[in-house]
Amino acid sequence: MKVLWFHLMPYQDLPEDFKDKHNSVWVDIDPALFDPLRGHEHYHEYMDQLEYAATAGFDGICVNEHHSNAYGLMPSPNLIASTLARNTRESAICVLGNSVALYNPPTRVAEEMAMLDCISGGRLIAGFPVGTPMDTCYAYGQNPSNLRERYYEGIDFVLQAWHADKPFAFNGRYNQQRYVNCWPRPIQKPNPPVWIPGGGSVETWQMCAQRSFVYANLSYFGHQASMTHIKGFWGEMQRLGKQPNPYQAAFLQFVGVAETRAEAEKLYGGPADYFYNRCLHTDPSYANPPGYTSEATVRARVTSQVLRAAEESRKATRSGGGAKFFDEGHVVIGSPDEVAEKLLSVCKEMHVGHLLLLLQFGNMSRDLTRYNTDLFAQKVLPQIRHLYEDEWEDHWWPTGMPKNLPKTQTQSRTTVGAAAE
Amino acid sequence: MSSYKERFVETPLGQTRIWEKGRGRKVGYFGGLYGVPQWTPFLEKLSETRRVIVPSLPGFPGGPSSEPLDGLLDWIIAAHDAFVAAGLERADLIGASVGGALAAECAALWPDTVRKLVLIAPFGLYDQNEPVADVFAQRPGQAAALVSQKPTELASYLSVPKDGDAGEWEVQALRASIASAAVIWPLGNTRLIKRIPRIGAPTLLVWGENDRVIPASYAKRFADAITGKTRVRLVKKAGHMADFDDPKGVVRSIDSFLAA
Repeated sequence: MKVLWFHLMPYQDLPEDFKDKHNSVWVDIDPALFDPLRGHEHYHEYMDQLEYAATAGFDGICVNEHHSNAYGLMPSPNLIASTLARNTRESAICVLGNSVALYNPPTRVAEEMAMLDCISGGRLIAGFPVGTPMDTCYAYGQNPSNLRERYYEGIDFVLQAWHADKPFAFNGRYNQQRYVNCWPRPIQKPNPPVWIPGGGSVETWQMCAQRSFVYANLSYFGHQASMTHIKGFWGEMQRLGKQPNPYQAAFLQFVGVAETRAEAEKLYGGPADYFYNRCLHTDPSYANPPGYTSEATVRARVTSQVLRAAEESRKATRSGGGAKFFDEGHVVIGSPDEVAEKLLSVCKEMHVGHLLLLLQFGNMSRDLTRYNTDLFAQKVLPQIRHLYEDEWEDHWWPTGMPKNLPKTQTQSRTTVGAAAE
Repeated sequence: MSSYKERFVETPLGQTRIWEKGRGRKVGYFGGLYGVPQWTPFLEKLSETRRVIVPSLPGFPGGPSSEPLDGLLDWIIAAHDAFVAAGLERADLIGASVGGALAAECAALWPDTVRKLVLIAPFGLYDQNEPVADVFAQRPGQAAALVSQKPTELASYLSVPKDGDAGEWEVQALRASIASAAVIWPLGNTRLIKRIPRIGAPTLLVWGENDRVIPASYAKRFADAITGKTRVRLVKKAGHMADFDDPKGVVRSIDSFLAA
């Protein structure tokens, strides 16, 4: 199993009465709440944490894209990823990802990801989320009635731009461009591995199954919430007669490790409360613009993760919060052995080979993040990474630099696996 | 309400449902944000004096799929196709809300095709100082209160009929909201301002005084920009869906305008 260290980059100074005084953490978040000097500290601290995770034994480090959002300070994940690509040596750089429908032309995405692949030496994982309604339809004003179509076309555009061996014209429904010519070119051939972060959209399951992309279920509500969606994906794989390689799936889990469960509750209760009761204070008005949830999904009656977050947030407001995030598995906590056992069990049950971890969440301090990361790397990681190792091959992992390069190039900065010999 | 007739006509996008009732001079109706999922008291009242013809626009209940439509031009052509296929050429046309925006476009681009035009709180223009409200970013259950002064009646009108299939009804409503978004997302500004002077038909602007979506002051903006003779009628105790909120009052105004 591959284990990746994921950062959302939350703003840590939302006031205690945020939920009462403010409408939402997203879209209409009060600009006055952002202190740029704290922003300076946050970015450096968070990039330090990602770089540290890369040296601590995690297989990959992971960034993502949000807009007008106080729990996700990365409107441009590529900016962060470029510094990580330069300051790390071995870990995969997982960009989960770029919402291609937001970029006109999508050439920009093809180019920047190719740059990241070159800088990192073939360590890029290229993630393409459709993007949440808040990010895409509200913060970026895209029309929800054609967002998904634009998104699918954008992915085609980027892949063609990477594959083409000469300049070509792209004549799409939403993008027409006379000269598509992606310079620079990605190191990984034919393209960096493609991961699709998704929730419960039937179309996303179908696309991942049909096109051999990784389906990465990103839920803030832990393995219990992911279970339905991951099972939906495997159902689609089975229906299409595809091999159930666990490395074609990924899921996100909040984790807090300590010497004992009681200690973990004490340490992580505050940061979890900050995340679930301030960062997830979202306005359901923004959760379901027309067309964002497709007709097929409405027919399949799969609740959207965003709608769920908004509803959960309102429910929590009504009940005054509470610490159910531990009891319901939104955050897995415990001693290293307990956490390892739990993660092994849920990964096996979901048949998932890529585990994305949020070991920093909410307003977790620098020290506690380091403690959580170290304890996980030293005492949990060795117990779980053997899973699937002898049974399945990971076809969705970066290849790194090609082997047998001329001497000058083998002295480059980077390696993935055995690539730098 | 006594029954209306249903028939289907072929348009370039596919089968299009036409509802029809009444005798006398023909008048067409393009529905608003939700289309026309059920016959309304307004249409019933109107049909007492006229032959009311209601073609379904693409994506809205009874209409062909709106999926093939790309830009606004496609939408305008599709609306015109439905208008012609319903036998409404040179008839009077009423358009409400989203349907009002499309009715205004048809009257602007095919000036001879509409005899008299009635616009009920149409989308299409935008003033930064008095912005159009966001009809899409609404919490479940709140949209009805935004668009109507009779939210309970509206919610009941929009809910699945006793003999209907709840799942299909939900999908039909979803398609209608997608169609509305396709035309007016994100601000309701279709840049009609560039074409509105081409409207030469005599035009009645009907506006709910308490319209919380498009302020009633927009009635004057429309009236000032239209080249044809215009009349403005503000409807008391009515919101964005003035024809739903006060069917009798709105029909009275329309009757007197069309008869003049």
